[in-house]
Amino acid sequence: MIISVASGKGGTGKTLVATSLALSLQDGTVQLLDCDVEEPDAHILLRPRFGSRCPVAVPVPRVDETRCTYCGSCSDACAFNSIAVMGRTVLLLPELCHGCGACAYLCPEGAITEEGREVGVVQAGRAGRVRFVHGRLAIGEAMAGPVIRAVKAWGDPRATVIIDAPPGTACPVVEAVRGSDFCLLVTEPTPFGLHDLTLAVALIRDLAIPCGVVINRDGVGDDAVERYCAEQSLPVLLRIPFDRRIAELYCRGLTLAEGMPEWRAAFRELFEKVRGLAPVGV
Amino acid sequence: MQEIVVLSGKGGTGKTVVLASFAALSQSKVLCDCDVDAADLHLLLRPTVRETHEFWGRPVADINLQQCSGCGLCLEVCRFGAIEDLRVNPLACEGCGLCARVCPLDAISMRDRLAGHWYVSRTRYGPLVHARLRAAQENSGKLVMAVRKRARELAQEMNARYILSDGPPGIGCPVISSLSGASMALIVTEPSLSGIHDLERVLGVCRHFGVSPLVCVNKYDLSEENSRRIEDHCGDVGVEVVGRIPFDPDVTRAIVQGLPVVETSVGAAAREIRALWEAIATCTVP
Repeated sequence: MIISVASGKGGTGKTLVATSLALSLQDGTVQLLDCDVEEPDAHILLRPRFGSRCPVAVPVPRVDETRCTYCGSCSDACAFNSIAVMGRTVLLLPELCHGCGACAYLCPEGAITEEGREVGVVQAGRAGRVRFVHGRLAIGEAMAGPVIRAVKAWGDPRATVIIDAPPGTACPVVEAVRGSDFCLLVTEPTPFGLHDLTLAVALIRDLAIPCGVVINRDGVGDDAVERYCAEQSLPVLLRIPFDRRIAELYCRGLTLAEGMPEWRAAFRELFEKVRGLAPVGV
Repeated sequence: MQEIVVLSGKGGTGKTVVLASFAALSQSKVLCDCDVDAADLHLLLRPTVRETHEFWGRPVADINLQQCSGCGLCLEVCRFGAIEDLRVNPLACEGCGLCARVCPLDAISMRDRLAGHWYVSRTRYGPLVHARLRAAQENSGKLVMAVRKRARELAQEMNARYILSDGPPGIGCPVISSLSGASMALIVTEPSLSGIHDLERVLGVCRHFGVSPLVCVNKYDLSEENSRRIEDHCGDVGVEVVGRIPFDPDVTRAIVQGLPVVETSVGAAAREIRALWEAIATCTVP
């Protein structure tokens, strides 16, 4: 079963929930995939021992100018403005290249080959019982998608896979949560939390993934999130109260499962509720 | 004119709270929300929309099954796994158009897609340029560029002193578009190990694009030890820490009221945010 943890708004506690859930499960294989490749933080709480490190590369064009006739087919074919022919020069802007391969495929002279350009890395390891994988987008790189796909390729179909998704509702989130059996949406009971939750719910429903809500910092703010969940028939599966001790634990890099072990039972119960709501057979 | 963008790396550290207060404290500015994905600034500034513009993203492939022979060449050339059973999954299609070019029967066309809207609005604090990317869309960087371009035009027309921008979390495409060419970045961080890790990465992005950063530690008293680590790290890399905002429940109360905290509270956080704006205004005297 694949459970993704997403939120819309950043900083609501996705990583705290994902890591605490992973550490609380006692049976079977548990895998945590940190797909927030722009700012991966789950490793800070889990402190895994990394075993392997694989670069993530996007194929970008290399032009053999001895064969190039400067016909411009490549630049016509490129939807991303990453290759241009100006006079007798081929200008390459590899950081804009999505690696679609159109330029190489359509070059009538066969003058374009492709080479990998590193945009990030995937690291895999272990934290106790939890098998851990995360991706790190390289500084200055724009496209998280290829790194997220590379992290997800490590997913083990026999394991309980927990995906820590990036914030927002744009393409990196879709890349992270696609294919999940269930999505936990973590929010906080404030107007910001509510607004971004409504956006996230619309996205997850579009993707036809069953979802439920975790309210973090319960007790701050107002009750509008609770009312919204009731109106939308969204199950609230866990409430984590606002407690300065929890905030301080998090500052020190401790999960709820470690810092307040009494929470483990609540996370196991959360998992059972998710299992009850996810499609049958996963 | 100074363009100041507020970033954080990690989400939820308090960018929008800080920026909304700056909107209330500063004179002569255009406001800009570069978080086009999960924008919240409007919840505090309560804009009245004056102009609405469409934002068209990259096109998406569309297969005309009447013309299709089912040869499968499109499936073979697509690197994004966007073609499943001779249907295009628009969530996976990146709009490269290679399938349309190679289809021997011209059965594939590229259709434009409406990816969002951007707005010019009036607020009590001055004009606001903001946007809403539709869910699941890419190209948010391009939408950020459209928002910033309009904010600059307005700032020039008004002869404004500042463009104050609320940035997105992360370090990828929309952050790069929010940051490149700005006068200054204010990084709002928090004293958690995650906050520190993400701060280091976003400072790396500032260096990469040659924008000088200042740092502000929000909720600094949740871990004074980590706050010292942030100050030490910033000292080591030559970045000034210009603000230390304490944890203060008045901040959440102000969000619930839908107002900048400096307008609802005279408490410790509001006081520090005032001092922070003074410090930034001093740093940016032309």
